[in-house]
Amino acid sequence: MMAFAFYLFAISVIAGGFFTVVSRNPVHSVLWLILSFLSAAGLFVLLGAEFVAMLLIIVYVGAVAVLFLFVVMMLDIDFAELKAEMAKYMPLALLIALIILMQFVMAFGAWESNAAAESMLAQVTPTDRHNTEALGMILYDQYFLLFQLSGLILLVAMIGAIVLTLRHRKDVKRQDVITQMMRDPAKTMELKNVKSGQGL
Amino acid sequence: MADFFFNTNLGMLLLIIGQILLVVVPLLIALAFLMYADRKVWAAVQMRRGPNVVGAFGLLQSFADFGKYIVKEIIVPAGADKAVFFMAPMVTLVMSLIAWAVIPFNDGWVLSNINVAILYVFAVSSLEVYGVIMGGWASNSKYPFLGSLRSAAQMISYEVSIGLIIVGIIISSGSMNFSAIVEAQSGSYGLFNWFWLPHFPMLILFFISALAETNRPPFDLPEAESELVAGFQVEYSSTPFLLFMIGELVAVVLMCALITLMFFGGWLSPIPGLPDGIFWMIAKIGFVFFFFAMVKAITPRYRYDQLMRLGWKVFLPFSLIWVVFVAFAAKFGWFWGIYARWTVGG
Repeated sequence: MMAFAFYLFAISVIAGGFFTVVSRNPVHSVLWLILSFLSAAGLFVLLGAEFVAMLLIIVYVGAVAVLFLFVVMMLDIDFAELKAEMAKYMPLALLIALIILMQFVMAFGAWESNAAAESMLAQVTPTDRHNTEALGMILYDQYFLLFQLSGLILLVAMIGAIVLTLRHRKDVKRQDVITQMMRDPAKTMELKNVKSGQGL
Repeated sequence: MADFFFNTNLGMLLLIIGQILLVVVPLLIALAFLMYADRKVWAAVQMRRGPNVVGAFGLLQSFADFGKYIVKEIIVPAGADKAVFFMAPMVTLVMSLIAWAVIPFNDGWVLSNINVAILYVFAVSSLEVYGVIMGGWASNSKYPFLGSLRSAAQMISYEVSIGLIIVGIIISSGSMNFSAIVEAQSGSYGLFNWFWLPHFPMLILFFISALAETNRPPFDLPEAESELVAGFQVEYSSTPFLLFMIGELVAVVLMCALITLMFFGGWLSPIPGLPDGIFWMIAKIGFVFFFFAMVKAITPRYRYDQLMRLGWKVFLPFSLIWVVFVAFAAKFGWFWGIYARWTVGG
C-alpha cells in the first residue's frame, strides 16, 4: 500500500512539473503546478511529516498558487508570440539545464553515504512526540530569536511593497466609515409592524 | 472474515470504502433535509409558506429538485475550456466532502484520527476556492469571471482570520486533534466548560468568517444576483450546477460541525449527568445551521469594499490580539485556568 501510494504521488509530482512547463495555456500551467504541490504534500505525509505537508498545502496551494492563478488569469497574453520567444531562448535554457545536470552529477556521483547516516534517515521524526511538537520546540524555543528575526524581515518586505504601490487618488469618493456608523436610523428609515400572514 | 478485512490489501480497501460511504451517504441525505430546513426558515422570516407541495409538508422538495437538475440539458458555452469547466464543480464537491474524513461524530467515531486534523480541515477549506476560480475562468464569460475574482479575494481574506481563531483554540486545548479538543472541553460544569465561554468573541468572529468563507449571505458577493446575475455559476446548468450547490452546502454544514467541535463541545452533553453521544453532535450542528439560515434571511448584502474592510481592518487585528491574549492567559493560568485546559483532555 505504502509503495503504491509513493509511486502514485511521485509520478504525479513529476507529471505535474512536466506539464507545468509544456502547457500552452498559462492557467493550465498553474493548475498542473497545484497538482505537483499536492502530490509533494502526499509524499511528506508518507515520510511521517504531516505538519509540513499541511503547511505546504495551506501556504503554497491555498495562498501562493491562488495569487499566481489570480495574476495569470488577468494577463492578456498572445500565445503565439510567447511561443516565438520560447524558441529564441531555448538554446540558453538548454545550456543552463545541462550545467545544472552536470553539477548534480558531480555532487552526487562522488556521494558516499555513511552507515550511521542510513539509520538516521530511517528515523526522520522523533518517536516520543508528534512532529508538530518537535518543530514547535525547535522554532519557538531553541531558535526563537532567529524566528522573530525572519518574521521582521517579512514585515519589512510587506511594508516595502505597500509603500511602493500605495497612492492616494484625489478623484475617488471615499466613504467615512465612522460617519456612516454614527448615522441615526430613525432619520433614514421607517419601521412598520406587520401582522403575521397578512403582509403590508 | 476479520482476517480478510484487516490483513489483505483488497479487504482494507473495501473496509475503507465502506467507512467512507457510511459517512458520505447519511451526510448527503441529511443535506437534502437541511436544504429544506434552510428554505423553510427563510420563508418563515419572510412570511411565506416555503416548499409545501412535494411530500408531507414539502419534505421531499429537495429530492424533487435533485431529479429536476439531473435530467436537464448540460450546456457548455462556446469558447469554454471544457476540461477545466467540468473539473470546477467536481473540485468544489470533492473538497467539501474530503474534509469530513477527520470530523469525529462521537468518541472514537472518526474515519481518520490524525493529529493535525484541524490543520487538515483548514487546508482543505483553503482549496475550495479553486472550484470557484476555475469555474469562473473556464466559462469564458464576463460575469462569471468577475464573480470568481471577487470570490478569490474574499475567501483568502477570511481564511486569515479563521486561521488565527483556530490558533487560539489550539493553544487552549493543547492539541490539533478534534477528539482531544472536545475532550479538553469536558468537565463538571457541563456547557460552561465549553470553549464558547472563554473564547466568546472568537465564536462570533468565527461565525461571521465562516459565512464569508462559504459565500453565504450577507457575504454572497461572488453570486450577487443584482450585480452579477449568479456570479461564477452563470454558465452552469444541470448536474454541474447541482454539484456546485451541494458542494457549497456541504461546506456550510462542515463549518457548523467545526463550530460545534471547537466551541460547543462536540458530542459532550450540556448538562452533567446526561449521557454524551452522537445525538448531541447532530443537535448542535442543527442548532448552528439554524443561525446560518436565519442570517441569510435577515441581513442585507455587504458591499465589496465593506467586506474587505471588515476582514482586514477589523477581524485580522482583533483575532491577532486575541491569540496573544490567549497565549498569555494559558501560560500564566489567568482566570482560574479556563484558557489552559490541555490538562483536562488528551
